[in-house]
Amino acid sequence: MIVGHLLRGGLNRWIVLSLAIILTIGVAIPALNLLLPWNHPLHVPTYIVALFGKYLCYALLALSLDLVWGYVGILSLGHGAFFALGGYAMGMYLMRQIGSRGVYGDPILPDFMVFLNWKELPWFWYGFDQFWFAALMVMIVPGLLAFVFGWFAFRSRVTGVYLSIITQAMTYALMLAFFRNNMGFGGNNGLTDFKDILGFSVQAGETRGALFFASAIALALGVLFVSALGASRYGKLMIAVRDAEARTRFIGYRPEYVKLFAFVASAVMAGIAGALYVPQVGIINPGEFAPANSIEVVVWTAVGGRGTIIGPIIGAILVNAGKSWLTGFAPEFWLFALGGLFVAVTLFLPKGIVGTAIDGWDGLRRMRESRRRERGEDETMTGHQPEAAE
Amino acid sequence: MTEAAMIEERPVLEQAPPHAVLTEDEAQEKRRRETILYLDGVSVSFDGFKAINNLSFLLGKGEMRAIIGPNGAGKTTMMDIITGKTRPDEGEVFFDGAVDLTKHDEPAIATMGIGRKFQKPTVFEGHTVEDNLALALSGSRSIFASIFHHRDAEEENRITEILETTRLSHLRHSSAANLSHGQKQWLEIGMLLAQDPKVLLVDEPVAGMTDAETAETARLLRDIAKDHSVVVVEHDMGFVRDLGVKVTCLHEGSVLSEGSIDHVSSDPKVVEVYLGR
Repeated sequence: MIVGHLLRGGLNRWIVLSLAIILTIGVAIPALNLLLPWNHPLHVPTYIVALFGKYLCYALLALSLDLVWGYVGILSLGHGAFFALGGYAMGMYLMRQIGSRGVYGDPILPDFMVFLNWKELPWFWYGFDQFWFAALMVMIVPGLLAFVFGWFAFRSRVTGVYLSIITQAMTYALMLAFFRNNMGFGGNNGLTDFKDILGFSVQAGETRGALFFASAIALALGVLFVSALGASRYGKLMIAVRDAEARTRFIGYRPEYVKLFAFVASAVMAGIAGALYVPQVGIINPGEFAPANSIEVVVWTAVGGRGTIIGPIIGAILVNAGKSWLTGFAPEFWLFALGGLFVAVTLFLPKGIVGTAIDGWDGLRRMRESRRRERGEDETMTGHQPEAAE
Repeated sequence: MTEAAMIEERPVLEQAPPHAVLTEDEAQEKRRRETILYLDGVSVSFDGFKAINNLSFLLGKGEMRAIIGPNGAGKTTMMDIITGKTRPDEGEVFFDGAVDLTKHDEPAIATMGIGRKFQKPTVFEGHTVEDNLALALSGSRSIFASIFHHRDAEEENRITEILETTRLSHLRHSSAANLSHGQKQWLEIGMLLAQDPKVLLVDEPVAGMTDAETAETARLLRDIAKDHSVVVVEHDMGFVRDLGVKVTCLHEGSVLSEGSIDHVSSDPKVVEVYLGR
């Protein structure tokens, strides 16, 4: 019912099309991997499944950043932190599923705790042997951090560059904390050597396929959520806060709450993306908190087009495909390429690939309409106005 | 400026004889109750500069008042104080005779019923004219309500009505960014109307308008003043004369002269500091 309400007027054909594409990919790639023999021409190799599964998680992360940056204008340079926290929550569940199959064979304690000579499980590891609990924490932990952080930052009216810097500081501080062994999250090495998820081996092709499908579903739900939110009155409010924050106060809105809701919702999305990412790549370590990672997410979103829904997804996939390709033969050039890409997009495609495409499309339609009007056919289309882009 | 010029007729409480304090208090309280806006002894300074200096200003319920004064007289700062953007260093600010405005912030004051149009027209340029009005429409300001909000026929009618009042019907679906300066001014007045406030603070509504638009705006404001209290800040003396209401002239943060337009514009103090020497 709620979804129905949210969707009223929220679905345009581009969203429907992209949902269809995401779901088709979600089914087709695992199916082509599992059902066809390895020598069939359409067979998708397993490494491609793993790689694209990763891209789907990145796409969801970029979409979550777009919700705060594209819609509300909060440039978060610390979104990787929410992604990593979601990933750690999932990693903790996966660690506890190892049980006595670890190197040290302790039925309760993960290997790194035995190695550190810990005698019992720290309190914050309780409950993570249950999948439902871990799944809940995947959303609650990033959401809570975003809530506390946003509560103080937005109420103190910290905006713009200052806000970006403190989000960056937040993820950096978390990285340093997670690097410490006595934090109880595996220190430098992080969490790895996973065996099972929900009783299925994480290495098995079927499990990989299922995780890939789950990532596609999560991304589709994210698209649905952001587009429904964007079409609601709250969506208009987000844009209003982005463009003229002070003005919204004088018509009675509290922009700090508008921002807080978007920030928390976005952090939860990023957490889910991280949780789906970890079992597919098989490791989570403090490197995920690195400030550079969060900045990369900003680049994906900018390349695809912020403030559009499809843009960040396309940006995330294109940039990461480029990364995979380039690091294959010249890894030392990747950071230069990334920096160059960001500069180029800022200079030549300030609205990103999709934003520019939408502008071009609208311009074309307007041109066609005015040409039709010149021919005196305007009676047939009186009152019809172009819809706002996306 | 002479000291005398800045002293208002209101007696200073501390100087009243002890036996008279109570009645003085009561009289003041009674006078306050009858106002929609009540500023008494308000001062505020920025880095030592006194933007508002012992300002007293009363606006009766249903009254329209024009405020004139040279640049830096404190007109906009006064509006900042009323709308909660700036906290006064001292003095009392009351709304509707009873609500202490110094204890509330901008959104709270806006929802109580004080609407404001800015000197520089600020509309939401990323939205259409219609959506600008829809966002301003009175109603719940909660986030969750806004997520599940669905525009009903009544709201649709209100928007149509306001578009007609402000003569923007033909631009309903245009982006607010594409409006002319005068149209933006009107859209902002329309947004004020959509909020349905008790008091409208209108800062320079005819800046950058043609003569015809100015006359039209005067008509619009007189219309609005029939069932709202209105404060209009304006430099355009022809426009102020058109409004035909009581005028307050501010200078260096306090009231220099108050009365009919003829009284104020012939006041030698006003002539000296404002109308030209």
